[in-house]
Amino acid sequence: MKELSIYEEQNLNFSHLTDHMEKLNDPLPRFFREAREKAAVSFGEKGLPDKKDEDYRNFPINNLFEKDFKYRFFKEIVHFDINHIFKCDIPNLDTHVIILLNGFYHGGDDQLTELQDGIKFGSLLAATKELPEVVEKHFSKYSGFGRDGFVDLNTSLARDGVFIYVPENSVLEKPVQIVNLIFSNKELFIQPRNLIVLERNSTFRLVVCDHALTTNHSLGNSVTESYIAKNAKYDFTLLQNEHNNASLINHHFIYQEENSRVETNTISLHSGLIRNNHFVTLDGERAENIANGLYLMDKNQYADNHVFIDHAKPNCRSDQLYKGVMDDQARGVFSGRILVRKDSQSTEAYQRNNNILLTDEARMNSKPQLEIYADDVKCSHGATVGQIDEEAMFYLRSRGISENEARLMMMYGFTHDVIKNIHVDSLRGRIEELVYKRLQGELAKCENCGFVNV
Amino acid sequence: MLVINNLHAEINGKEILKGISLKVNPGEVHAIMGPNGSGKSTLASVLAGRELVMVTAGEVLWEGKNLLDLSPEERSHEGIFLGFQYPVEIPGVSMVNFMKTAINESRKAKGMEPLSPSDFLKLMREKKNLVEIESGLTSRSVNEGFSGGEKKKNEIFQMAMLEPKLAVLDETDSGLDIDALRVVANGVNKLKTPQNSSIVITHYQRLLDFIIPDFVHVLYKGKIVKSSGKELALELEEKGYDWIKKELEQA
Amino acid sequence: MEKDQDKILNDVTQSDYKYGFITDVETDYIAKGLNEDVIRLISSKKNEPEFLLEYRLKAYRHWKKMKMPKWAHLKIPEIDYQEIIYYAAPKQRPVLNSLDEVDPELKKTFDKLGIPLEEQKRLTGVAVDAVMDSVSVKTTFRETLAELGIIFCSFGEAVQEYPDLIKQYMGKVVPYTDNYFAALNSAVFSDGSFCYIPKGVRCPMELSTYFRINAANTGQFERTLLIADEGAYVSYLEGCTAPQRDENQLHAAIVEIIAMDDAEVKYSTVQNWYPGDKDGKGGIFNFVTKRGLCKGDHSKISWTQVETGSAITWKYPGCILKGDNSVGEFYSVAVTNNHQQADTGSKMIHIGKNTKSTIVSKGISAGKSQNSYRGLVKVLKNAEGARNFSQCDSLLMGDQCGAHTFPYMEVDNNSAIVEHEATTSKIGEDQIFYCNQRGISTEDAIGLIVNGYAKEVLNQLPMEFAVEAQKLLEISLEGSVG
Repeated sequence: MKELSIYEEQNLNFSHLTDHMEKLNDPLPRFFREAREKAAVSFGEKGLPDKKDEDYRNFPINNLFEKDFKYRFFKEIVHFDINHIFKCDIPNLDTHVIILLNGFYHGGDDQLTELQDGIKFGSLLAATKELPEVVEKHFSKYSGFGRDGFVDLNTSLARDGVFIYVPENSVLEKPVQIVNLIFSNKELFIQPRNLIVLERNSTFRLVVCDHALTTNHSLGNSVTESYIAKNAKYDFTLLQNEHNNASLINHHFIYQEENSRVETNTISLHSGLIRNNHFVTLDGERAENIANGLYLMDKNQYADNHVFIDHAKPNCRSDQLYKGVMDDQARGVFSGRILVRKDSQSTEAYQRNNNILLTDEARMNSKPQLEIYADDVKCSHGATVGQIDEEAMFYLRSRGISENEARLMMMYGFTHDVIKNIHVDSLRGRIEELVYKRLQGELAKCENCGFVNV
Repeated sequence: MLVINNLHAEINGKEILKGISLKVNPGEVHAIMGPNGSGKSTLASVLAGRELVMVTAGEVLWEGKNLLDLSPEERSHEGIFLGFQYPVEIPGVSMVNFMKTAINESRKAKGMEPLSPSDFLKLMREKKNLVEIESGLTSRSVNEGFSGGEKKKNEIFQMAMLEPKLAVLDETDSGLDIDALRVVANGVNKLKTPQNSSIVITHYQRLLDFIIPDFVHVLYKGKIVKSSGKELALELEEKGYDWIKKELEQA
Repeated sequence: MEKDQDKILNDVTQSDYKYGFITDVETDYIAKGLNEDVIRLISSKKNEPEFLLEYRLKAYRHWKKMKMPKWAHLKIPEIDYQEIIYYAAPKQRPVLNSLDEVDPELKKTFDKLGIPLEEQKRLTGVAVDAVMDSVSVKTTFRETLAELGIIFCSFGEAVQEYPDLIKQYMGKVVPYTDNYFAALNSAVFSDGSFCYIPKGVRCPMELSTYFRINAANTGQFERTLLIADEGAYVSYLEGCTAPQRDENQLHAAIVEIIAMDDAEVKYSTVQNWYPGDKDGKGGIFNFVTKRGLCKGDHSKISWTQVETGSAITWKYPGCILKGDNSVGEFYSVAVTNNHQQADTGSKMIHIGKNTKSTIVSKGISAGKSQNSYRGLVKVLKNAEGARNFSQCDSLLMGDQCGAHTFPYMEVDNNSAIVEHEATTSKIGEDQIFYCNQRGISTEDAIGLIVNGYAKEVLNQLPMEFAVEAQKLLEISLEGSVG
């Protein structure tokens, strides 16, 4: 294996942020710099959220920065073939693979790559050169400023994330897969920043996998903005299967126009700490959003899913289903908020969060919320925290199925209504397998996503 | 085959069974009848090993072994089947996976190789035809969204798959219309062999028009108060349970 | 039942707040504003023992360090605590020995409110403590109850007569440090009710307190303490009204309940403080802390509330389920109309083993109002076998109002089962049409449907209150359909 180039890493010191901003600005266009500077100002004023912030009430933010994380402002030059260290081994998963290495787009920054029919991907930096009007129209428009310190921090450092553009009427059958790799002998704090744009009548499927190849502590703070135009269809699956030293803070902002349809699956199988902030704005009539999530946590792991669905226009529909299994001393948090704005009549919004606690020390906090300002609505939410149904266990055992097997079947059945919604068949098959192994207590990683010590 | 001696059992500290004795030989069909709350379902639960019920005295012998020592799954492997009064819905667990696991665990317990997928599917098809269960039901999750009748048919289907030596059918007739009842009863009759036995628990006589018992026992306040041939069922139908109650009071 | 329905329908046709009158009675005020001297003055006016004054002062000093809570889904205008009068009492002789000594004006007031203070006129089976502004005017049936060992009197009298009980139990369920308004109340509380049911006694009649704000520019800060000793049972009712005034008035009360082994307390509230006018002018700010402690094993505390009044409501009656097998219940109907705002719900804290709680909340929002359910179900680590079920439904009438649900579930024990269900919908047009077709006007149809919707909660109320509450629901929704 070839050596990594020598590169400069900074200690994590937020007060020096603005010093580096200047360097980062070159050769970005003005609108981009302005957005970054605005975010930096906002970050400077508010900083990272703390326990007093209602949305981060349960979040162990203080423990998070006990590690001496390093931050890289610029992309490192890698002189080896990425295929030597990584190859996704999911059988029959035929995807266009995009690699993000340590938070930066892995590939050239000069131009975008065209897949077919004008569908392009590449680094954000390249997009600012090639499709500046598209980037200007959407970049930081959905993430906004000042709503979350982590997002502001990410925006202020944005430069080399993934950009995907799907033009009008184009349909890409084969899914695109973004693999977030961490490969470093340092304890890295990475800040991936992605922008996905789906124009009218387009159809696009995206799979994102978070994988740390090295076992050092790492902290990811990623922001993805997805813009879904009229009549477009977007299918998104996030697979978080890391190790206990990896912490992930992940924000996804989805903005939907009229009659668009978005389906997301957030599968959290393994990671020391996971925080998913999932924001959806339904800003056109008859838009539909389906958000599913599954989190299986054990040991001292922590999974925190925040979902916010904003029904800003009438006649939209949203449906959330989040399920969790907490083992050992794991802790789960779910906070789902549905906002139905005034005049968003004929809204249908549903939300369900079901959890199983397997041990005495596992914990779960659930906070489903409805905030409704229109009267012609059908909204409901439900949440449960409980354990495996003993009645059903007895039923299975009376059919000759052993207690262990029965428990496993029950848990697997519990997770099934989330997994069945994954539309990429080969991926669903793999996730089913991973979930099964996970529930059996095996450390289930994709084979080639194994650990490499640098 | 099955010998119950002076069985006492309680649920949450309340004694429900107060000294039951019963003997079932291969090939016999026993009907247990009785008014609501007499302990019929509790008896079924004891046989299948439900933890909720605590046995406080007496013994249950199965082919000479102490049945009460066995876990529910071991009892199943031994060939005891309970047809549930209220079959449980298990969302997300497919019927196929459920049955495959059940059959293979049972084979494993007997030291047999698991069935190959093709043999398993063949078996499923065969048994489905036997009990006239709609094909669609087996492609769904266990009992999820099944109607009352479908759930009961599904119980009989599972019984057909597992081929038990002793089937305990707990109020299998409750909530069934006459057609469904016939299907269920036919299934039970087709599965009958000279070696296997059944205990049919029911409140009404009508099921016994289809499944002819060799013995009828009346369970009342936790005790078997009367045992006789199948004619007892008809007598009960005619005179109601009050007749037994009165007889008891007079005695 | 038919008759009731007719009566209800008749009442629906006459709108407006019917308790808005003012009683002309000479009142003893103290100067407005709040400082330690005011607290000393209140305490001395009530001739309190030293320990109570100390408690008040400690609470006041703590309150000064606190800030108004902001987390509720409410827009609360700035409150100037120095502009409020903290003590106002109708002038009368200090000790009441017989009914003749009650000021005829006051008697008339309570008659008008439907609360006659003469025992023979009262429906048998209900004992009343009538509280106007800062003092208790009259407690009925005291002697009858005393024969059973039941103590039922005003808080002020209890302080004089049973200081040990007060000292032992006051502030034990709601400490003054609990929240901003609890601290304020603990510093300046005026009167309220006190009740003690001895071991093994089932209280033979409904006990009730009727709260009336009369004086202008005053705040009402009553405090109620209920103790049910081992195996005791009591059903307790609380009603409240206030005159129609243009300015907002603050009501910050504390209710504490303690239930020992096998005791059961049922606490019902029909809250009908003046809600302000159609344009949102005036009305009571109802910031109340109510909490019960199921201290003993197998104890039970049940809250039922019908909330139709107040400009702003902020209250979360809760239960601390400390005893094993203890049970907490919360049944609520909260109606908001015009510019009313409500942020209300319940807190159930499971500490003991096999504790059970039920929450049923029905919110109805109309006009330009905002109605929020906020509830916490917390299962502590050692609360084996805890069980909770919460059902929170919201009904929206009109497109200017809002209905919100903020449940918090915090479960630290894996044998617990906690379930929350909520729905939000508008009143069914097909239901209204069905009623219309049968000759029922839309307004009446809504009354019927809303009562049906709230039935699960109304059924929990004692009989006479249930009828009263039904009427209230309909009146509160007057003019909500255009």
